[in-house]
Amino acid sequence: MTAPYFELGYFGTRGALVAALVIGIAFGWCLESAGMGSARKLAGQFYLTDLTVFKVMFSAVVTAMLGLFWLGRIGVLDISRVYVPETYLVPQLVGGLLFGVGFALGGLCPGTSCVAAATGRLDGVALVFGMWCGVLGTGLLFPALARFYERTPRGVLTLPQVAHVPYGVAVFLVVLAALVGFMSAERIEARPRIGA
Amino acid sequence: MISASLRASPRPYANPYVAGVALGLVLLTAFVVMGRGLGASGAFASSAAGVVSAAAPEAARANPYFARYLGGDGPWLDWLLIEIVGVGIGGFLSALVAHRLHLDIERGPRLSRNARLLTAFGGGAVMGLGAVLARGCTSGQALTGGALLSVGSWLFVAGAFGAAYLVAPLLRRLWT
Repeated sequence: MTAPYFELGYFGTRGALVAALVIGIAFGWCLESAGMGSARKLAGQFYLTDLTVFKVMFSAVVTAMLGLFWLGRIGVLDISRVYVPETYLVPQLVGGLLFGVGFALGGLCPGTSCVAAATGRLDGVALVFGMWCGVLGTGLLFPALARFYERTPRGVLTLPQVAHVPYGVAVFLVVLAALVGFMSAERIEARPRIGA
Repeated sequence: MISASLRASPRPYANPYVAGVALGLVLLTAFVVMGRGLGASGAFASSAAGVVSAAAPEAARANPYFARYLGGDGPWLDWLLIEIVGVGIGGFLSALVAHRLHLDIERGPRLSRNARLLTAFGGGAVMGLGAVLARGCTSGQALTGGALLSVGSWLFVAGAFGAAYLVAPLLRRLWT
């Protein structure tokens, strides 16, 4: 096993910050070039007129998932050293629901709003500021929310664990779901629309 | 160079699958190099912690949500904050070379400029609340946790897109 490099001590915190900047630049470049800095394009996802969000996100998830799986399988990457976000069922579902309402209202998510703002869109600037105020306000109220925040902890919990299938089978099923999803997305975008 | 970019007509966006695979390789690079994925809302949290800490250090340290960002090199050198600065730079450079930089307020045809700024601010604030409760957003949960097959992350995605589709018909005036 030779990776993850930072976790295995190949470089220190200063190197990690250089990596953060470089990885961030590549991340922002990908988002902008796909048109993900455009609120109207992103909002099209929720009216089924433009499924770019679905296509970009799901192909990114599938690519990274397959990369993780195979790098682990051939012994390059020690997957047990990769940080997996812990699961808290109720707060993550409720947080997701609230997030979705904000996403449909604002048309951008936190990462894409930074791209929108950086490319001159003032609605992106307003959303970045709103998001920042929302996080600040929630943080200030956190003592009152802490009990809810800690509810239904499940630790590191993955889909193959709950489905009782091997990791490789779960990966295969997600790829299959993605392919079906991509074909459906193309059909939805191609259908004739009233008034379009 | 910037003014030349502003004058030229914008290039079309990349193929979404190609951009998605490229984004997936960036995410995979983060896993391999750092042992962690991408994020966005964490940068908002660490900078908020930094401001609270500057204004009221005692209160920031007493707040369990902000306190966790105050260790190590402090909130301003947080990994995700530096990464999100990179996101801004990368987005700017990509738009620059593709002639897509321009100052405007993107909005639906029926929405005034001020109303759009207000819905963007309001949407952001609601997402801020949601992202704190969910411990992440579309980057840290949907992309990163999604690729790691984390149950909580997929639950977040289901909730976010489910809620967005539910309220979208009520918000049609904003976008069409």
